[in-house]
This record gives sequence, structure tokens and C-alpha cells, in this order.
Amino acid sequence: MPTASLTEYLFFSGLLFAIGLSGVIIRRNIIVIFMCLELMLAAASLTLVAFTRANTGDTNLPDYDGQMLVFFIITVAAAEVAVGLAIIVALYRARKTTSTDDLTALKN
Amino acid sequence: MPSPLFYIFAILMLAGGVCVVSLKNPVSSAMGMILSFVGIAALLIGLNAYFVGTLQVLVYAGAIMVLFIFIIMLLDLKKEENKTTKYSTIAAGVFVPLLFVLIMVPVLNSVDKDFTKLDLKAAEASLPDTISKYDEEAGTKDSKIRTSLKAGTLPDVNLIGQSLFTEYNFPLQVVGVLLLVSTVGCVALSKKLHGGSAPATDTRMAKTLAKSEDIPKVLPRD
Repeated sequence: MPTASLTEYLFFSGLLFAIGLSGVIIRRNIIVIFMCLELMLAAASLTLVAFTRANTGDTNLPDYDGQMLVFFIITVAAAEVAVGLAIIVALYRARKTTSTDDLTALKN
Repeated sequence: MPSPLFYIFAILMLAGGVCVVSLKNPVSSAMGMILSFVGIAALLIGLNAYFVGTLQVLVYAGAIMVLFIFIIMLLDLKKEENKTTKYSTIAAGVFVPLLFVLIMVPVLNSVDKDFTKLDLKAAEASLPDTISKYDEEAGTKDSKIRTSLKAGTLPDVNLIGQSLFTEYNFPLQVVGVLLLVSTVGCVALSKKLHGGSAPATDTRMAKTLAKSEDIPKVLPRD
């Protein structure tokens, strides 16, 4: 059975990215917004891996440079989530809310 | 017609994403997120990226989501569930991603590339000489990468390790520093500021204070 083509992988990861984007726009809870950002990041990594598999080149192996990039993305995302959630906890401690409707200190 | 497994996992991934956006309870959102990550990991494994797929499950679905669920439980977000979203916000949240998808469609029409089957024997022959090779005179043996490729399996982890510790050695060390900095940052952020709890302890009070003009009062004193 043939495998799916590059186009299909790109399309589905693009759809996942769009879903994440809509979550960032629609949702009002800062933690859920953060989760949707992670979803967009994961969709982008899927695109990268699809391209590494498509570009086999002369070596007949997947292009591992792209997978290295995904490796670093995952590492940085882990660090980012740790710091981001610490900031959210500090914010909740100060304001007792995680709704972006109530977090308007920088407005005006 | 591609393998049905591709569609099963792609739909699992998208369904998880829709769950994250549409479910009101943050814990349900987190569960949808785990579903989505499992789907992504399966798709990555379908792309011969076994290491990255495993990493996706271990780091994202394992570590990061546990952290998220822990914070959701810690902050007790139940009371904010029954907020309604403005109609205009939902319209924007549907319209902007839809625009993105519309832009994507013609781009994808121009991409026409099928995945070629990996020829592992040829890959073994084209490996650089820096990867140890069987040589009777010099007394060297085949490296793990070469033996796996000759046996017809893709040594994914070995190849990633090979480039991680040669070509990408400096970025690897920089990432190590980054992880250290973020650890220290987390500790510094979670440290209780002296003087006990923040001034506003009541939710209603915090909201009124946040809406009023004197914002500095709400922030913790240092």
C-alpha cells in the first residue's frame, strides 16, 4: 500500500496549525491559549519532519538537519512551558484570575 | 489511496485539536491535547522519524502535559468556565484561520512530491568515511550505523546522535545552558515574594482592582 504524499502531510499539519490559531483567538483562558500555542508548535514540527522525509537527496536517507531542528524545538518548547507556567502561576497569585479579559494592566 | 492508518491518525490529531479549542473545561482541553500529540507522534513514526516520534510522546504528551494538568488543578479554574465568548471573537477565530487555510490550498497544489522508498544499501555506500567502516588491514569494524543499514533497518537514533554530537555539538551545549537558565528562572519566579501573600486575596476584589486605574496596588510589593 502506498504511503501518503508530502502534500497530505503538509495539509493536515496546516489544518492543525489553523485549529491552534483559532484557539489562540477564541479562548479567554490564558492556560488554554498557551496549550494552543504548543499545538501550533507541534504542527510546525510535523511539517519539518515531512520535509526531511521528502528530501532524501544523494544519501538515500532522510535529511537529518530538519530532525535536529525539531529536536531543538522540542527542547526549547519544554523550557518555554516551564517558564511560561511559572509566570502564569505568579500572575494568578497576584491577580487571582487567568482570564485574559481581566488581565488588562497594560491597556491604556 | 494512502494507508488508512495515515487518515486514522490524522483525524485523531485534528479531533484532539478541535477538543482543545471547543471544550470549556481546561482539563478536557488538556486531554484533547494529549490525544492530538499521540496522533502527531504516530504520523511522525509513519514518516520514519522514530526518534522524534518517541520524543513527542515522552516530552510533549508525558512531561509538558503533566505540567499543564498540574497547573490547571493547582489554580482551580472551575469557576471561570461559565463565561460566554463574544460572537465577534468566535467570528474572528473562524475567519482568520480560514484565510490561512485558503492561502495554503494553492501552495499545496504546487507541491507535488511523493515519498521515495529509502534505499538503505545505497545509503550505506554513500556514508562519509568518518563513520567507522570494516577494514581488515586497519583492524576497524563496521559502526552500528553501517551494520544496521546493511541489515536493512534505519538506525534513526544512531544517525541523529551522530549529527548531534558532531555537526550540532555547539547548539547542543547552548541548549544545555538554556535549560539551566529556564530552571533558575522557574525557581526565581515561583519564589514567594517577601511579605507573604499578595494584597488582593479575593477574586472579586482582584477583578475590581484590575479594572480600576490604580494598578500598582494589585501587584505584589517588593
